[in-house]
Amino acid sequence: MINDDIIKPENLVYKKPALLNDTPMHYCPGCGHSVVHKLIAEVIDEMGMQETSVGISPVGCAVFAYSYIDIDWIEAAHGRAPAIACAAKRLNPKNLVFTYQGDGDLAGIGAAEAIHSLNRGDNIVIIYVNNAIYGMTGGQMAPTTLMGMKTSTCPYGRDAALHGYPLKITEMAAMMEGTCYVTRQAVSRAAYIRRAKQALRKAFEYSMQGKGSSIVEFVSTCSSGWKMSPEAANQWMEDNMFPYYKMGDLKDKGSN
Amino acid sequence: MEDNEILLMKGNEAIAHAAIRCGCDGYFGYPITPQSEVLETLAMEKPWETTGMVVLQTESEVASINMLYGGAAIGKRVMTSSSSPGVALMQEGITYMAGAELPGLIVNVQRGGPGLGTIQPSQGDYFQSTRGGGNGDYNVIVLAPASVQEMADFVDLSFTLAFRYRNPVIMLSDGVIGQMMEKVVLPPFKPRRTDEEVIAECPWAATGMRGRGKNVVSSLELQPTAMEQHNLNLQRKYQEIKEKEVRYEEYQTEDADYLIVAFGSAARIALKAIELCRQKGIRVGMLRPITLWPFPTKRIAELADCMKGILSVEINAGQMVEDIRLAVEGRTPVSHYGRMGGIVPAPDEIVGAVEKMRA
Ligand SMILES: Cc1ncc(C[n+]2csc(CCOP(=O)(O)OP(=O)(O)O)c2C)c(N)n1
Ligand code: SF4
Ligand SMILES: [Mg+2]
Repeated sequence: MINDDIIKPENLVYKKPALLNDTPMHYCPGCGHSVVHKLIAEVIDEMGMQETSVGISPVGCAVFAYSYIDIDWIEAAHGRAPAIACAAKRLNPKNLVFTYQGDGDLAGIGAAEAIHSLNRGDNIVIIYVNNAIYGMTGGQMAPTTLMGMKTSTCPYGRDAALHGYPLKITEMAAMMEGTCYVTRQAVSRAAYIRRAKQALRKAFEYSMQGKGSSIVEFVSTCSSGWKMSPEAANQWMEDNMFPYYKMGDLKDKGSN
Repeated sequence: MEDNEILLMKGNEAIAHAAIRCGCDGYFGYPITPQSEVLETLAMEKPWETTGMVVLQTESEVASINMLYGGAAIGKRVMTSSSSPGVALMQEGITYMAGAELPGLIVNVQRGGPGLGTIQPSQGDYFQSTRGGGNGDYNVIVLAPASVQEMADFVDLSFTLAFRYRNPVIMLSDGVIGQMMEKVVLPPFKPRRTDEEVIAECPWAATGMRGRGKNVVSSLELQPTAMEQHNLNLQRKYQEIKEKEVRYEEYQTEDADYLIVAFGSAARIALKAIELCRQKGIRVGMLRPITLWPFPTKRIAELADCMKGILSVEINAGQMVEDIRLAVEGRTPVSHYGRMGGIVPAPDEIVGAVEKMRA
């Protein structure tokens, strides 16, 4: 078969989401951020909300999320995205407003803003990419770093006496009255990606229905920070992260 | 409340009423003495039921200022108020707003420091307000109200300047002006802008794309050449503000041999001191800066040539006096009189300081 026979509209099974532009992504090969970006672009497009969505990008590897997805964006200070989103949503409730945050951004420096926004039920969606490390600054320990895990600032492994325990913000969010949908997802396999997309769509829909705040956690890899190949990082995540950060819905108040 | 009705209220209450009446879209604040009446008054007035203004008690001043950032980023007229320790916490957000060129109003009803300090009045945050206060090269427009009437009037003025220059504005008040009750005529009622008006006034805002290319509100630029250009553009804007927006008031400077420079509540006390000086035959006048940044440098330099001395009266250890010295450039002696820790200077102390200059 020659190419012209293959490249026909009726043969199209997959394409880049319309809202994802052609700017080359700066993410490392295998990085979860790029897949999560793709899902956001797909879901917003499928919901027909390109013109009415505002994303708040974090300080972290995803700081340039605004370069890749064609909607309006506000770039936040480190950890402050939920406070920004709170105002952007309350002052313009017709818009879909979401934050995109790493684990250092959300569970570390921005824990207060995240918890209070979730608890207030600001009707925003927090997209939380947990790779258990500070990727952007070169692989330092995060609040979510697993026990025993080595990073540049815990080179002998995370030690409870010195560093305390990995923080489960998503479990905390599930306890709060202000949240309607709390879920933990992953993007390391096609099946997980499909499920994650459903979760994201549900969170966005609940937000527009005014049901409360949602948090969608993506347990993710950071092959550079973890100093592993992308493939080994995926395996390590499934073996070590999934038992501690368990996948699935922790709360779904919106369906009833 | 009728238009033009003369009312008696606290400075803090006047700010709240003025905000509702001048089309403010959102207020975000955290309680702290001596300014909590702003949030309390707004909560009592329930403007969300009338004008649709959002009023939110936040979890911290860090959240307040970032809500301001978020509201400003979508083109809204948003404000917060706090007192010194709370404004210290806001500095991160203020520099981000300056960097992203976002309009917004921050009211600081100053109290004494450093640290938790005291709940009594102070002007100790002059440096912090006029020098930027956070990281990087930037300036915030700083207005210094000296009466309850100005607390009311400067809310709308602040928003006008903030949107004209896409820059944060600080109203630098203090515990005296915030807490004292005076006569005030509230500004005339002005409706909030419609969504269409916001989009027309703020084509840069993250309002949702709606038929245009995407807008990104950000203070980040990793390309050094582009970042330097951004800084140069900011500096040009600050220069324009310095040329166009200096505001001050003069009292009895025409025949004065000595000049007092004072702002806010210190200027109110200085007025009494000038009266006492003149009874003693010492001709003293006053220049009251209304904008602390941009500072009335040019006018002070002009006045310096016909003064035997200039006294800066401040409720701090001597902060504005540095700007006066920079303006005067040694042409006449400049000294400072101030009290700290929540003590405000009494008129006779100021008279004493003037007499000391004559000796
Ligand atoms: C106030 C402040 N402190 C520290 C930093 C430096 N910093 C930039 S990104 C980052 C960590 C980001 O980690 P995470 O949120 O987990 O995102 P990731 O890069 O892993 O996706 C830090 C500490 C900063 N930019 N601002
Ligand atoms: S450093 Fe880690 S989080 Fe950042 S792009 Fe690379 S893999 Fe992704
Ligand atoms: Mg991380």
